[in-house]
Amino acid sequence: MRHIIAVLLENEAGALSRVAGLFSARGYNIESLTVAPTGDPTLSRITIVTSGTERVVEQIIKQLNKLVEVVRLTDLSEISYIEREIMLVKVRAVDSGREEVKRLTDIFRGRILDVTESTYIIELTGDDQKITAFLDALGPDNLVEVVRSGATGIARGEKALKI
Amino acid sequence: MELSGGQVLIEALKEEDVEFIFGYPGGAVLHIYDALYEQNSIKHILVRHEQGATHAADGYARATGKPGVVLVTSGPGATNAVTGIATAFMDSIPMVVISGQVQSRFIGSDAFQEVDCIGITRPCVKHNFLVESLETFAETMKKAFHVATTGRPGPVVVDIPKDFTTPGVTVPFDYSKPVEMRSYTPAVDGHPGQIRKAVDLILSAKRPMIYSGGGVVLGDASEQLTKFSRLLNYPVTNTLMGLGAFPSTDPQFVGMLGMHGTYEANMGMHDCDVLIAIGARFDDRVTGELESFCPHAKIVHVDIDPASISKNVKVDVPIVGNVGQVLGEMVKIIEATDKRADSEAIDEWWAQMRAWQSKDCLAYELSDKVIKPQAVIEALWRATNGDAYVTSDVGQHQMWAAQYYPFDKPRRWINSGGLGTMGFGLPAAMGVQLAFPDETVVCVTGEASVQMCIQELSTCLQYGTPIKIICLNNRYMGMVRQWQEFSYEKRYSHSYMDALPDFVKLTESYGHVGMNIDKPSDVDSSLKEAFEMKDRLVFLNFVTDQTENVYPMIEAGKGHHEMRMNPSRELA
Ligand SMILES: Cc1cc2nc3c(=O)[nH]c(=O)nc-3n(C[C@H](O)[C@H](O)[C@H](O)COP(=O)(O)OP(=O)(O)OC[C@H]3O[C@@H](n4cnc5c(N)ncnc54)[C@H](O)[C@@H]3O)c2cc1C
Ligand SMILES: Cc1ncc(C[n+]2csc(CCOP(=O)(O)OP(=O)(O)O)c2C)c(N)n1
Ligand SMILES: [Mg+2]
Repeated sequence: MRHIIAVLLENEAGALSRVAGLFSARGYNIESLTVAPTGDPTLSRITIVTSGTERVVEQIIKQLNKLVEVVRLTDLSEISYIEREIMLVKVRAVDSGREEVKRLTDIFRGRILDVTESTYIIELTGDDQKITAFLDALGPDNLVEVVRSGATGIARGEKALKI
Repeated sequence: MELSGGQVLIEALKEEDVEFIFGYPGGAVLHIYDALYEQNSIKHILVRHEQGATHAADGYARATGKPGVVLVTSGPGATNAVTGIATAFMDSIPMVVISGQVQSRFIGSDAFQEVDCIGITRPCVKHNFLVESLETFAETMKKAFHVATTGRPGPVVVDIPKDFTTPGVTVPFDYSKPVEMRSYTPAVDGHPGQIRKAVDLILSAKRPMIYSGGGVVLGDASEQLTKFSRLLNYPVTNTLMGLGAFPSTDPQFVGMLGMHGTYEANMGMHDCDVLIAIGARFDDRVTGELESFCPHAKIVHVDIDPASISKNVKVDVPIVGNVGQVLGEMVKIIEATDKRADSEAIDEWWAQMRAWQSKDCLAYELSDKVIKPQAVIEALWRATNGDAYVTSDVGQHQMWAAQYYPFDKPRRWINSGGLGTMGFGLPAAMGVQLAFPDETVVCVTGEASVQMCIQELSTCLQYGTPIKIICLNNRYMGMVRQWQEFSYEKRYSHSYMDALPDFVKLTESYGHVGMNIDKPSDVDSSLKEAFEMKDRLVFLNFVTDQTENVYPMIEAGKGHHEMRMNPSRELA
């Protein structure tokens, strides 16, 4: 099953490589991994999308917690949460295709950021499902370049991952 | 107090009560060596190879319970230390390794003797630190000792750029501030609800097994384990790492379990209805084929590391906590209730256990022509009154030492279980002897293993460590040969030790005593003679039966109830 894990990490040199190294050394899946500073400059936040059996995901969480620089983490998929990813996609858009791409972008509430005679660059924000659906709708033949940020997520309601 | 980086290190080590530092100099640590020269509270042991330094510090740590300390230079010094760091990591041994690094401004420039020590050691340390400034050095040292020795222990590397140890460049030294690490808070006390739940299950058992491991040794909890086990009168088995935590000569002890464990311990595992796992990590050498592991059992697991729990085997009652504390609580609860296990069922279980024991699975064929390796270990046990510190290398001799030398005390049996590092035994014995100069320290080894760190014989002479080396010389990498015999139709590919040195001459050239023993009738007398030489290192080269195998054995893919027994016994 797909899991999205948010991790607060000491903002120290080398901390990220411990997390990445853990996944490769133990053969865990990484679908995406994003990292950025938080409001507290001493902490970074990592969001990892991974998948595995319940046993494997339980180990992933325990092994992450065991890293000395991990301050706190939460498996967002266990609770109610919001997931967002940003995608920039360059698509071929010529002739009648131009109108069709624009229409799809509107339906998915994307934005066209750049236009040339033969291409559009579109920005789309959403969860994994929405982004995948949009890419499917555009069709593989029209995609010139796909840039995805990887997922980030936050718990709904009062729950918060902070110290 | 204003100190340079080198002096900061010395003062920090003093604050940590460090007695010995095992090291080898080089460019990046010359400032530190200069600071060492100026003092005499920390004894520096100059090894002959950095691997030897790590194993010696590791042996010291295993025997004393205190962290071992290592000092190496950058580049090749650090890479030579990696095997020993990984060895300590796999067996959860507390160790602090200080490695020199190139000057901070040269880091990343492929400078002379630069390696990314933090990167190379990352997967085999509990944690590592690159010192960021002279100002933070003392605090980093304190954190390193704290992390290495608390929770599940392990090695910690502190990589220090040379410019932070420059003589004359000083900072105020203050070691009094307690360590604060919000991201590191190891559990200590087990959850009371879980402990009660566990006791209920334990007391409901009809066919219980206590399976305890290295965690009991590491947590200095053998007293609590012994009390707990005696109170219940349940059979006790130990992992290779747990030997000595429960007295091996106690009738309640049914031997080691696992691949080369006893028949009774493994049959007990297979048939038990409640398994009480204490400070053990369900290693694959212990579980055998997971499909057939303890098929009838409910499992309680006490471990300080949550990640050890339900990693390989799903357990029913997990308890995260320090073994000593958890066992103490369990004893209190059991003593306070009237509830007792069904004594009829336990008697019946013991009758079954005794029946399995009557198979005498460790019996072997004696010979008056060729020395049997098992007989040497039994003679060693007699010669040392079962009370020596015994280190070992890796191979058949290691298994025979574990099987035929019953340890009654913890921290007496010192071996590399998790990584299985050949070359561990000799330097480890040196570390143990330094810690306990008046105790008998023995290294059981093989002719292949001992050559991997043989250079430390020189260190042993320099510091006068009169260890006794028991080399079971079968002219084979016996453990490899055994697997080739069983699984590769006796195709002995590169497992024969050709062109062996004359170990007697070799030892003598290092200034020690060497003895060659090839007659079974000389085994006892040679041991006696060697142990009488209290101040000398003696290398006893026992020429043993080349064809002997370690039995019993669980082969790959088999379960606990499918052991391969000694064929010479089955014919008898
Ligand atoms: C050639 C060879 C053959 C081998 N054959 C066998 C064999 O037949 N049988 C066998 O048993 N092993 C065998 N081994 C060893 C095996 O590989 C493992 O090293 C060993 O089984 C692990 O022992 P353990 O489970 O006690 O764990 P350890 O590695 O000793 O781990 C200790 C556990 O206790 C926990 N712990 C530490 N401190 C505490 C504390 N204070 N409180 C609570 N928990 C704590 C740790 O988190 C960890 O989970 C063999 C090794 C070699 C090289
Ligand atoms: C550094 C290292 N290399 C290889 C191995 C694989 N290995 C395990 S046992 C063994 C043979 C050991 O031979 P010896 O020391 O003579 O012991 P014996 O089995 O004959 O008692 C080997 C090569 C290892 N454990 N460690
Ligand atoms: Mg051999």
